[in-house]
Amino acid sequence: MATTEEIRSSLAEIVNEVAGIPVSDVQLDKSFTDDLDVDSLSMVEVVVAAEEKFDVKIPDDEVKNLKTVGDAVAFIERASS
Amino acid sequence: MTRPQQPPGLRHSRILGVGAYRPRRLVPNSEIVAAIDSTDEWIQTRSGIKTRRIASDDETVTSMSVAACRTALERAGVSPYDIDCVIVATVSHLLQTPAVATLIAEELGATPAAAFDLSAACAGFCYGMALASDMVRCGTAHNVLVIGVEKLSDITDPTDRGTAFIFADGAGAVVVGPSDTMGISPVVWGSDGSKYDFIRQEVAWDDAFQRDEATWPTLRMEGNPVFRWASFEMAKVAKQALDLAGVGVDELDAFIPHQANMRITDAMARSLKLPPSVVIARDVADQGNTSAASVPLALDRLIEDGQVSSGDRALLIAFGAGLAYASQVVTIP
Repeated sequence: MATTEEIRSSLAEIVNEVAGIPVSDVQLDKSFTDDLDVDSLSMVEVVVAAEEKFDVKIPDDEVKNLKTVGDAVAFIERASS
Repeated sequence: MTRPQQPPGLRHSRILGVGAYRPRRLVPNSEIVAAIDSTDEWIQTRSGIKTRRIASDDETVTSMSVAACRTALERAGVSPYDIDCVIVATVSHLLQTPAVATLIAEELGATPAAAFDLSAACAGFCYGMALASDMVRCGTAHNVLVIGVEKLSDITDPTDRGTAFIFADGAGAVVVGPSDTMGISPVVWGSDGSKYDFIRQEVAWDDAFQRDEATWPTLRMEGNPVFRWASFEMAKVAKQALDLAGVGVDELDAFIPHQANMRITDAMARSLKLPPSVVIARDVADQGNTSAASVPLALDRLIEDGQVSSGDRALLIAFGAGLAYASQVVTIP
């Protein structure tokens, strides 16, 4: 079972790959849209990459609730537990 | 890698010529942003679209198709008399019956060719290619015209933020005929009706006219779920088409996906791990999303610009409402 920090770190790598955001900027309190400038289409790409990486399902309806990096990490923790 | 699964003994098919018609009027983002409270920058970031072509009143589904076909026939060196079948992929010919294909055949002088319309939305051209290829291979027809044509401006709501900046007009056509070698690979195709509502005409004609205030039906699309499906599920279909054709990504010369949105094209290209040597069609930037017309228009652009040469191999994939999709590998004529 991955720790919160391990999930955040892997997610940061995905966000970096998809949207070119520096890995160190992808912290739990950061908003994808407002702080990291990840738009809705990039968010879809992040979600699909995260599904593969963490072997979880993130439905379309859930994506809009993942406002911050912390929201996404918490969802992945719940979904993979 | 799987080898082509084709019945033995059949002759092959190929594209003999390509033609296109692009409407005269070029509409930049600046002309449409006010109606959707948007900006040029927002549209370009989300879609890669800078301009689109919008047909004028005299540029009809029929006239645009006939113009594209005349070019395709000339380049193919095929007389209209030698066309046995005309297939028109479109969802924007507003007269439901008879099929516009019959009128196009007549105007080209291709009568008495068999002629019919095909409704598979953005996937329509690649569906038509699959049918034409099989007709030629089986001997049902010797030469087939496949046309992708749309006048989406007639069924687009200029105030809808999800679609107004995307859809556009145009026509593309190819002549498919017999070949000694495989010029059109077996199709990988399908549909997913569980996503029927993702892209659709908002209301049916009968419902539209039963409302207190008659509403002209227009297209609606759920952008993000469509983006997810197209970018990732369609990349898998494209990979299957390559495998079925026996072509590796390193043997491919061009990738010509339905010109839906530059972001989808980019995501698919990443998923497919296309090497830098593969030319990627990016016609959507100037042309917008022309649904069934987009693949032949993009193919024509690559040929006209000299980005592909005769004998090159191009991966086609088209996908859209239904959700319907089709993919094949073709040889550039």
